[in-house]
Amino acid sequence: MATTRVLARLAATRTAAVRPAVFSRGFASVTDTSARDPISKAAEKIVPDPARTVVPESKTSTVKEPEPSKDAKIKTFHIYRWNPDEPTAKPRMQSYTLDLNKTGPMMLDALIRIKNEIDPTLTFRRSCREGICGSCAMNIDGVNTLACLCRIPTETTKESRIYPLPHMYIVKDLVPDMTNFYKQYRSVKPYLQRTTPSPDGREYRQSKEERKKLDGLYECILCACCSTSCPSYWWNQEEYLGPAVLLQSYRWIADSRDEKKAERQDALNNSMSLYRCHTILNCSRTCPKGLNPALAIAEIKKSMAFT
Amino acid sequence: MARLSGLQRDVLSLYRQCLRAVKEKPASTRENFRDFARSEFRQHMELNKKDFGTIEYLLRRGRKQLDTYRDEGIQNVSR
Repeated sequence: MATTRVLARLAATRTAAVRPAVFSRGFASVTDTSARDPISKAAEKIVPDPARTVVPESKTSTVKEPEPSKDAKIKTFHIYRWNPDEPTAKPRMQSYTLDLNKTGPMMLDALIRIKNEIDPTLTFRRSCREGICGSCAMNIDGVNTLACLCRIPTETTKESRIYPLPHMYIVKDLVPDMTNFYKQYRSVKPYLQRTTPSPDGREYRQSKEERKKLDGLYECILCACCSTSCPSYWWNQEEYLGPAVLLQSYRWIADSRDEKKAERQDALNNSMSLYRCHTILNCSRTCPKGLNPALAIAEIKKSMAFT
Repeated sequence: MARLSGLQRDVLSLYRQCLRAVKEKPASTRENFRDFARSEFRQHMELNKKDFGTIEYLLRRGRKQLDTYRDEGIQNVSR
């Protein structure tokens, strides 16, 4: 692991310059699951509303690997299940066992295999399976990440727990309702706003330095991993825009071609939209693409303080 | 009538909104929309009134459905 991390750091010197070393992570895999295990389990017990408690895996059945071979590496996955067609039924944790020798290396491979071979009712979003679309964002072993970028920890004694993104309304199983998130994204007007035509009637051009400011911003795929990891966003989802949307907002504020910078800043200048960020930094820690939304938010705050 | 809880008022207000939205539809199909809205509520009449989680979920779903069916492009509904 240490070597891969060094390689990844060498390969990404640009991102390393942008983000502090504390947050740099080679891959989105979860390796220190033992440290988090009790918390994710305990979290199910401290839900204040009994109607929302999750039925633990000890009270549900386990669906087994269809034909285990002799030297099978059997790993258990506990997956959050909830079916909207039975609205009175509580959500539950369903257990599945898989032979890792027959499964691909990533969590998404495991999910797809469960859906294909064991339980076709399991529902989750996926599309590109390579970390470009952001569809398969979910909470795996206590960390928001993309299932397609998250390696399955190979030690079979540890059980993996998969939940949908925290504090989102659930459509079904692992599918969260992103309506509010997309509405907030629309509210920052994520497109180029200009009133003057370009001087020579061709493209709006910018210098290499100006373009460089957008590095670390344009890569965001809007998977909502960061927003849903932010406690501030959990408590004020309706009003606080959240790290992902603020990162996009800054992407347009920082764009040299955009002429509505002042209006964009004005729209954020209230106590809720931007200033609910208390620099908790969960966003930068969890981002599966290795971006730093906290830095972007800090830059917005700075630019607004000095105007 | 007994005093209603906040949740009960929310449900009633959604029901009223649905019935009002029916009036925006063409006169010939209004009946279908009204029956549809009423049946959607009637389906869950038996729900325990203390099952807050479920009621809140159904409310959210109802609001979303209302938004969808309000669209002017939707001229008729059938089951």
